[in-house]
Amino acid sequence: MLANFAGVLFDGIAYGSLLFLISVGLSVTMGMMNFINLAHGAFAMLGGYVSVTVLSALGVPFLASLPLAFIASALVGLVLERLLYRRLYKASHLDQVLFSIGLTFMSVAAATYFFGPTQQPVTLPEWLRGQVHVLGLDVGAYRVFLIGVVVLVTIALGLLIERTRFGAQIRASVDNQTASAGLGINVSLVFSLTFALGSGLAGLGGGLGIDVLGLDPSFPIKYMVYFLLVVAVGGAGTIKGPLVAALILGVFDVAGKYYVPEIGAFVIYALMVVLLILFPAGLIRRKA
Amino acid sequence: MNAMTDAVSSPVKPVSAAKTAMIPKTHLNLPNDRWKPLEIVFWLLPIAAYFAFPGYLVLISQIMIIGLFALSLDLILGYAGVVSLGHAAFFGLGAYTAGLLAVHGWGEPISGLLAAAVVAGIFGFIVSFLVVRGQDLTRLMVTLGICLMLHEAANKASWLTGGVDGLSGMMVGNLFGKFEFDLNGTVAFWYSFAVLFILFVVLRRLVKSPFGLSLIGIREGARRMPSLGVNVNRRLVAIFTVSATIAGVAGGLLAQTTQFVGLDSLGFPRSAELLIMLVLGGTGRLYGALIGAAVFMVAQDYISGLNPAYWQFYIGLLLVLIVLFARGGILGGLEKLAAGFKSKKEAA
Repeated sequence: MLANFAGVLFDGIAYGSLLFLISVGLSVTMGMMNFINLAHGAFAMLGGYVSVTVLSALGVPFLASLPLAFIASALVGLVLERLLYRRLYKASHLDQVLFSIGLTFMSVAAATYFFGPTQQPVTLPEWLRGQVHVLGLDVGAYRVFLIGVVVLVTIALGLLIERTRFGAQIRASVDNQTASAGLGINVSLVFSLTFALGSGLAGLGGGLGIDVLGLDPSFPIKYMVYFLLVVAVGGAGTIKGPLVAALILGVFDVAGKYYVPEIGAFVIYALMVVLLILFPAGLIRRKA
Repeated sequence: MNAMTDAVSSPVKPVSAAKTAMIPKTHLNLPNDRWKPLEIVFWLLPIAAYFAFPGYLVLISQIMIIGLFALSLDLILGYAGVVSLGHAAFFGLGAYTAGLLAVHGWGEPISGLLAAAVVAGIFGFIVSFLVVRGQDLTRLMVTLGICLMLHEAANKASWLTGGVDGLSGMMVGNLFGKFEFDLNGTVAFWYSFAVLFILFVVLRRLVKSPFGLSLIGIREGARRMPSLGVNVNRRLVAIFTVSATIAGVAGGLLAQTTQFVGLDSLGFPRSAELLIMLVLGGTGRLYGALIGAAVFMVAQDYISGLNPAYWQFYIGLLLVLIVLFARGGILGGLEKLAAGFKSKKEAA
């Protein structure tokens, strides 16, 4: 029972860290540009398809396919931000929701057109398959790898935001755009680069997550709720908030599906409604 | 800082600014309940369609039912400015209520429809307290979450709802004990038309009443309404409940006229499509909901006959284009044109 529980906890953490990786960009765009982007999952899906395509068609090794997924999604994010998204920063939330639903539908149709409606298979390299023994516990090797990557990315992201000049510019722009622009920060460029970074991370998450989340054209709609959930529950505009929220949601989702499969996905929706009622502004509020 | 920017920016949100510009000034004066000639022509259209396209009665009935559903969203979105991504919850609830009654021997349609309205209304009343608490993002998530929860519940409770296969085996009785629902859809057509028209008249009166005007006030500047003695939350609860009731009626109608309830009546795509119809037609006008539903469903019938995947691409593209270039939808565009004509005339 106890080992069982530890296994569920571990899988939940792996799942949660993947959710965090995909959603953190969404949190920043929501906090910074005040933009409700329902199409965020489309960037994750793009990363997944890029990763699958270079793996199977070009024979690129698995590890090398991940940075490619990141770069592709980041580039597409950058272009879309420059061309479309920035026109709607000042628009109402309804407009943003409609616009991003539109993008999501288009991405779903495009993915169906190019890749077909079926699940994409992914072949993991030998060393990531099977089980490994960690702390007296048999866990999936890929889950360990996943958590490792997310920990590294989170540390890098924390350093980027807390220790670099660019990070300071991001923080300043999130807090007060007008004052930051007055101090000579090119806020619009910071927005674009941040959006690209967030999309890239989503793409990386999409590539990493094929084995866990699956990959088919309905991906952006299927997981949209989860990504939004992480941000809404965690509180937009922070990194800590989505991290805590993603881990909580990941653990509860896996535990719910394992212990009470009859009510399945119910657990997570009920948890979300309760959390949103208790913390309407998110678990961790951004310091203004 | 935050409070200040909000107070400054909320009355000049692009939507509201565009809307004030689009609505002719007379509209903002005291409510005027008189029917305009164009409105009367509009309501003769379905009757004309009945005689002109006797082969399409089923589609026309469905357009009217979905139009009723879109009306319900217009009440909260177009008038009160509350964004909901889960309005299908009430539609599906109404559909399953009417459907289950008919499966278990209560086939009388009108009382079944009333039951659907009551169940959806009570659920909407309960949910409304959660919805008025938060801001846009929280509202989106709560409505979406509740809809997904119901979807999941209906999916798991397949002993009751038929799960993925849908609820079938409904025995809908004769309307007024006399008119049998036929395969051509004649009775379904008149039934749907009558329900839609009666509810429309009621809603039209509602939005032109002081209560309706106070909703517009809440949409344009919720922070200022309390100073006029308006209890914002209470009015939002009221309109949300009404909206949920209407959505339930629409769901019940669809269930009774098609004698089938699919799991998709609770799904996210239905909520999203509903939003699309409404913005396509134009929000905050009532007629926009009906026109949007008609255009959307005729286009869907035509294009998805060619290829369903393309259809999804085109509605996506359409949404993006509406948001970027055609705020106000079809009716908004027409009003702009009409206003342009008028000012030209005056100049000349």
